[in-house]
Amino acid sequence: MSNIEVTITVNGTKHRLMVGPKERLLDTLRERLHLTGTKEGCGVGECGACTVILDGEAVHSCLILTAQADGSEVITVEGLEKEGQLHPLQEAFIKHHAVQCGFCTPGMLMSAKALIDKNPNPTREEIKTAIEGNLCRCTGYEQIIEAIESATRALESR
Amino acid sequence: MTDYINIGKNKEKVDALALAAGEPLFADDFALKDPLHIAFLYSPHAHAKIKSIDTVEAESMPGVALVLTYKNTPRVLYTSAGQSHPEPSPYDMYMFDEKVRFVGDRVALVAAESEEIAKEAVKKIKVEYEMLPALFDIEEAEKDGAPVLHDGEEHVMIPSAIYRPEKNLAARIAFLYGDSQKGFEEADFVQEATYYTHIASHCALETHVTKATFDHYGRLVLITSTQVPFHARRIVSNILGIPLGKIRVIKPRIGGGFGSKQEVLLEPYVALVAWRTKRPAQIVTSREEYFVSGRTRHAMRSRIKMGVKNDGTIVAMEIDDLMNAGAYGPHGPTVLANTGAKVLPLFNKIENVSFYADCVYTNLPVGGAYRGYGATQGFFGLNQHIDHITRLLGIDMAEFVKKWHIKTGETSEVFKAIGEGKTGHEQVVTSCKLSECIDEAARVIGWKEKRGAKRKEGDKCYGVGMAVATQGSGIPLIDMGGAHIKMNEDGSFNLYVGATDIGTGSDTVLAQIAAETLKVPSEKIIVLSSDTDLTPYDVGAYASSTTYVSGNAVKRCAQKVAERIMEVASEMLECPREELTLGVEEVSHVKSGRSLSFKDVAYYAFYAKNQFQIEESASFVSPVSPFPFCATFAEVEVDIKTGIVRPLKVVTAMDCGNVLNPKLAEGQVEGAVLNGVSFSLCEEYLFDEKGKMKNPSFWDYKVYKTTDLPEIVTILVPSFEEYGPYGAKSVGEVAINTPGPAIANAIYDAVGIRMYDLPMTPERVLKAIKEKGVG
Repeated sequence: MSNIEVTITVNGTKHRLMVGPKERLLDTLRERLHLTGTKEGCGVGECGACTVILDGEAVHSCLILTAQADGSEVITVEGLEKEGQLHPLQEAFIKHHAVQCGFCTPGMLMSAKALIDKNPNPTREEIKTAIEGNLCRCTGYEQIIEAIESATRALESR
Repeated sequence: MTDYINIGKNKEKVDALALAAGEPLFADDFALKDPLHIAFLYSPHAHAKIKSIDTVEAESMPGVALVLTYKNTPRVLYTSAGQSHPEPSPYDMYMFDEKVRFVGDRVALVAAESEEIAKEAVKKIKVEYEMLPALFDIEEAEKDGAPVLHDGEEHVMIPSAIYRPEKNLAARIAFLYGDSQKGFEEADFVQEATYYTHIASHCALETHVTKATFDHYGRLVLITSTQVPFHARRIVSNILGIPLGKIRVIKPRIGGGFGSKQEVLLEPYVALVAWRTKRPAQIVTSREEYFVSGRTRHAMRSRIKMGVKNDGTIVAMEIDDLMNAGAYGPHGPTVLANTGAKVLPLFNKIENVSFYADCVYTNLPVGGAYRGYGATQGFFGLNQHIDHITRLLGIDMAEFVKKWHIKTGETSEVFKAIGEGKTGHEQVVTSCKLSECIDEAARVIGWKEKRGAKRKEGDKCYGVGMAVATQGSGIPLIDMGGAHIKMNEDGSFNLYVGATDIGTGSDTVLAQIAAETLKVPSEKIIVLSSDTDLTPYDVGAYASSTTYVSGNAVKRCAQKVAERIMEVASEMLECPREELTLGVEEVSHVKSGRSLSFKDVAYYAFYAKNQFQIEESASFVSPVSPFPFCATFAEVEVDIKTGIVRPLKVVTAMDCGNVLNPKLAEGQVEGAVLNGVSFSLCEEYLFDEKGKMKNPSFWDYKVYKTTDLPEIVTILVPSFEEYGPYGAKSVGEVAINTPGPAIANAIYDAVGIRMYDLPMTPERVLKAIKEKGVG
């Protein structure tokens, strides 16, 4: 099977790439574009460590073939920072001690961003549902939920 | 009330920003130049001899650099357990053997130009097996005629436990004081029950990742997801025969360990591939490999018998534990010892105690270190047993535990008798606020109102239960950590520690300790940790040792540096050292009103006169292991039609001494508590009749996610531990021991069913409900 040409915009930058037919979006991001913030935790779309935002939706990049994402816009954790300024979600995660080992953090941030981009004022239950597909073994989730709540308040007051 | 500038403050983790920004910090984020990729061939059989293994076709595939089997790897027995030398685990494994002992055991490896080629080549390896009968039942393991897993080999075992591989006995530990038979005779009643805890996975979100490359001296450099960089260096050196000084091990950021990475699991293989081919090499394991071929929690059967007097005195206790090592024995003897060593002392006034424990081999995935390390298994049974006897006595369990638990100033016969590797060491409890923890948590859950209320709404029954536990702070007389601090001209300091931050925040906490001692804000401390070339030795992240052992090393080191600063200031101010006072980032001479900033002192030391680098080193090893204590109170809802148990509220009160960083401590408690909840209710290894794990993925190995969450409440109940740095004790493990039994006791409160068997899945609960005829 031969390679496929794909045009994909990642964190605002357009890339034209030749990718393998079985290549996952996760691999393209990590290995071709050296955006290693997105992690692999299970490879079957169950842990959420690979979550990115694809055309506005939070998706498991381990389940997306890059060829499927031709013409799409992808945002990864590296795209949250703007001109050296952390995104309020990132600031809140740091402030609320929502980062322990940090492996689930990029996925959590992207799921949270996808949520508040659509729903700027989510309830606690809506936050829990949005990150339901993101497993964390370190924190017990409490501090992560608090961080997201705090970030929504910070964004609201802007 | 001490005015700390760092201690007790919620300092942000030193690595939080980089992690939140998605910086390349984990082992797989470092790209090697043209590495070889490694894939393993795993055994499809639970127990078999390898009659022949043909690697010719695999080797001749384009892109394959090396194929390793038992034929071309060092025939050196070792244990993969990351423990201090001499490791108190049986040396019962080779890199590859002529025998396979569980489905998932390693048979061969291929190193190739890409992961894809390596995996394809693995399929081309032809193995002929001679099937052997398999052993899965721990109760059968020691019987005559049982299949023997480790036969015909020379084994090495440190004599801290009895080892009889010909009987599948990986460890036997026995301990007694008093006369339990006599005690049972004196008792008014005897309560006996058997409890079962199960195999589970740590589910660290990052799997096992190891990379090997070379420095410009041709030395081997391992970048690996490990909790034990120094043990990894030594064990790799011993197995491969590479001089230890030619190996460097670097621990990058780790995506969780919880004990799964207290293991020298993949380093020998990756190191050998690199060493033989002189090329960088790496392996990034899959989730399935993590489940099956990594390490697990040891399953255990625990029979507890208590003789009790009507006034509540427990006059005798007999514990008979049988633990499942799996196919190999890393951590077997020490986890086994802990089921007694951590559990028995909690009720130290029992005068007649007998503890008898065996750990046996079976053809199942391999047990290893897992947060709680035997205490989790032991406390599940003990807390339920106490719940039961207090009900028979008509006494409130909370009041009973408050009365009978070990108190400050008290000791236990057990401390001297059972250790982790060496014999135990006499100790006295020097800080304990367990009664206060019980009171706080009981109040928050509403113990008095809800206990025994038998609230029922339709098919849903409600109840509350409690459990208590202790753990340790490092292994006494074994765990050692070192620290080195050097001062920079601007008044900042580099702190080098071997101590291993696996997401716990130890880099941050150790910086806080150093900073407090030096009287600077912790932002002035630059931490570099866990690099065998650059940092002093540390045992690594396990046994809840970091805050206490490594922390004390850091404090001692900082005290010495502070002294050096004072000496320089004394020379600068031309006054006696005794007249000087250390202030925040300055040294002052009250008599004359003069003061010097740290920057002044450092510039003088570097450039002015009698120049030298202000730096010091210190190490710490402890004769004692201070005990943290916690109490968990849980409220559950049991649906008697479906058997579903929903934990509604889980309240944990924690005595970890003086709390160095409250938010970090809470984070440790919450993570441990949720793990304990998930472990006891829904996590399970399912095996087919041939010993193959049926559910090695997150699809059907269930762990708690956000929408499953009970209300989790954490209460820190500070005490002050005189031996701990700034009064601190450990907090990393103890809270994983209590949620399971607290929930089990709550289920009893709700529906009168005692769950002896973990996990308490709806199927098991429903079966028990039907058998009892509830509802």
